[in-house]
Amino acid sequence: MVEQVVASKTLLDVRDLKMHFPLTQGIIMQRVIGYVRAVDGVSFTIDRGQTLGLVGESGSGKTTIGRTLIRLYNPTSGQILFNDEDLVQAKGEDLRQIRKRVQMVFQDPFASLNPRYTVGSLISEPMQIFKTGSNKDIQDRTIELMRVVGLRAEYADRYPHEFSGGQRQRIAIARALSINPEFVIADEPVSALDVSVRAQVLNLMQRLQQQFNLTYLFVSHDLSVVRHVADRVAVMYLGKIVELSDRDELYLAPKHPYTKALLSAVPIPDPRIEKKRQRIILSGDLPSPINIPSGCRFHTRCPMAQSICREEEPVFEAKDGHEHYAACHFSDKVTPPAEAVM
Amino acid sequence: MGEYLLDVQDLKTYFKIKGGYVHAVDGVSFAVRPGEKVAIVGESGCGKSVTALSIMRLVAQPPGEYTGGSILFNDQDLLELPESGMRRIRGGQIGMIFQDPMACLNPTMTVGKQIGESLRIHLKLSAAEARKRALSLLEQVGIPAAAERIDSFPHQFSGGMRQRVMIAIALACNPKLLIADEPTTALDVTVQAQILELISSVCNEFKTSLIIITHDLGVVAGVADRVLVMYAGKVIEEGPTAELFANPRHPYTIGLLNSVPRLDEGRHSELRTIEGAPPDLSNPPTGCPFMPRCFFARNVCRTMPSFDPVDGNPLHSKACWADVTDPKDQAYAERRIQARRQAQLAVIEAASSSIVHTS
Repeated sequence: MVEQVVASKTLLDVRDLKMHFPLTQGIIMQRVIGYVRAVDGVSFTIDRGQTLGLVGESGSGKTTIGRTLIRLYNPTSGQILFNDEDLVQAKGEDLRQIRKRVQMVFQDPFASLNPRYTVGSLISEPMQIFKTGSNKDIQDRTIELMRVVGLRAEYADRYPHEFSGGQRQRIAIARALSINPEFVIADEPVSALDVSVRAQVLNLMQRLQQQFNLTYLFVSHDLSVVRHVADRVAVMYLGKIVELSDRDELYLAPKHPYTKALLSAVPIPDPRIEKKRQRIILSGDLPSPINIPSGCRFHTRCPMAQSICREEEPVFEAKDGHEHYAACHFSDKVTPPAEAVM
Repeated sequence: MGEYLLDVQDLKTYFKIKGGYVHAVDGVSFAVRPGEKVAIVGESGCGKSVTALSIMRLVAQPPGEYTGGSILFNDQDLLELPESGMRRIRGGQIGMIFQDPMACLNPTMTVGKQIGESLRIHLKLSAAEARKRALSLLEQVGIPAAAERIDSFPHQFSGGMRQRVMIAIALACNPKLLIADEPTTALDVTVQAQILELISSVCNEFKTSLIIITHDLGVVAGVADRVLVMYAGKVIEEGPTAELFANPRHPYTIGLLNSVPRLDEGRHSELRTIEGAPPDLSNPPTGCPFMPRCFFARNVCRTMPSFDPVDGNPLHSKACWADVTDPKDQAYAERRIQARRQAQLAVIEAASSSIVHTS
């Protein structure tokens, strides 16, 4: 690894990333009959110590991005520059060393923890793999990590099934932090949790970020949670980022009709506000990522669609405001939502 | 018929396990007027779904047992009814929508047949009449090209469309009461908005009463007239929606409202949390079940508080000893919250040195 004299501000720089999964037919003679374009040309950057929130509906490709970034999938094309090293090209020992610095927390803490491992061995496994110290060091560190995430050290010999969902997600977080990563990809980390437990885990993640200067990619379908945790927010639709901007700007002055519709659909726990709200009800469902609509991929459901939207794909470009990007022909016609409150 | 369509009194539904019972629903009382929309909120395991299943008498016996109480529907106690009578009520007078539409629809039957099934059984319609009515129901719940989709199977529909089919089935016989158990939890937000809109509008149109069960306070705020907050098998606060959200009086309700990140709040500060986890219902505490997690808790909480009106308002009740509006109690709770937070932060700060320098 090249020692950097001055660490650049940007930790992760993703350029035109594509992840297409082939669809095959036949059992013996397999033929490729098409592609699921799960991620279809996505570019974004994340600054050190910041959180990028990645939101979208199911099937929009947000989880695939998370998994591709850690090279669980081999991307079809594009670049993933992590500290100026291209993760797409990395192989063997280089990849292993990069993976040490990028860790992942998964959505379902019931599926992501090996049921045959004790909590202690789950948390220490990454340290054993990367041989971060003597067995004694690793053991001390495991106990330390358990305390940090709010678990009692006595639980080290218990198995995952003895814990509640929130506690398991704490175990997963401790495991991810064990080898001191710079970058954590959190894929819907609180979606499986109850409201009160969700708040505990969100607070924990924020405290850890401040303390250890972590950079997060926070993947979620929940726009309220993302508004709470993210510095910048990217909105995905059918494999593309349709809008990317600073958090408050995106929520107060969206420049893409999809973002606006998405925001208007999220219920707010206040009956006085709910009574006054105007919802934009999108018709229909997400189109299939195998047959992506021509032109702007949102035109089939867009309340503002014109004929140009069917023919010409809008460019993802900077709009008015601070580093505010959107892909829409009529972004200047998108009015801010009425209920926007700071 | 009395003032209420449904009157649940002191309902107790227990589940037998090795060496005891899980007190899943433990003395729940509430009533629903004709045309009223009532929400039951709470976290997983608080007994909200079992309450709904008990009303439909769908709790598996064994291990479930209706240990006590009564469920008066049209002045008839559903718990006393023989199974044959209950069958006439289910799907006929009470419709139910479940959380996961894929698991609840029959995968081997076309949606038209599934909607028609209850019409043929309850209203004794002929096959042709049932099909005609099924078609108009599909149109009503907003399935595009209903005439073509009526012979499709559930797997050919998307999640939102399947939930629409479920709603069509539940509404087929014009029930007086619709029970929706987490109807939108499995759906995306844009589809959730469509489905909630649909449920609300059909209930208004047919003057159907609604019991909606959810963990999402945002959904409650938009749909319900009245809210019941459940915790550990008990109703701990009840009130009209606007009143309960503006003036919550049980520390658990306050905690729930504070712990939800809100779309309209850009604050970057920490959320107020409810620490710890709900109690084990196989061995429920004798006092207030929320006491171990409550920052207002005092010695008096070791005995269960009664469910009483707040400030003499007969519509708004809570089961709590503390007065959360009393500045002295508030200061006491605030001190405990801060102490807890400092303790947690101290652990993280102390750890930082050892963690940062290992790699």
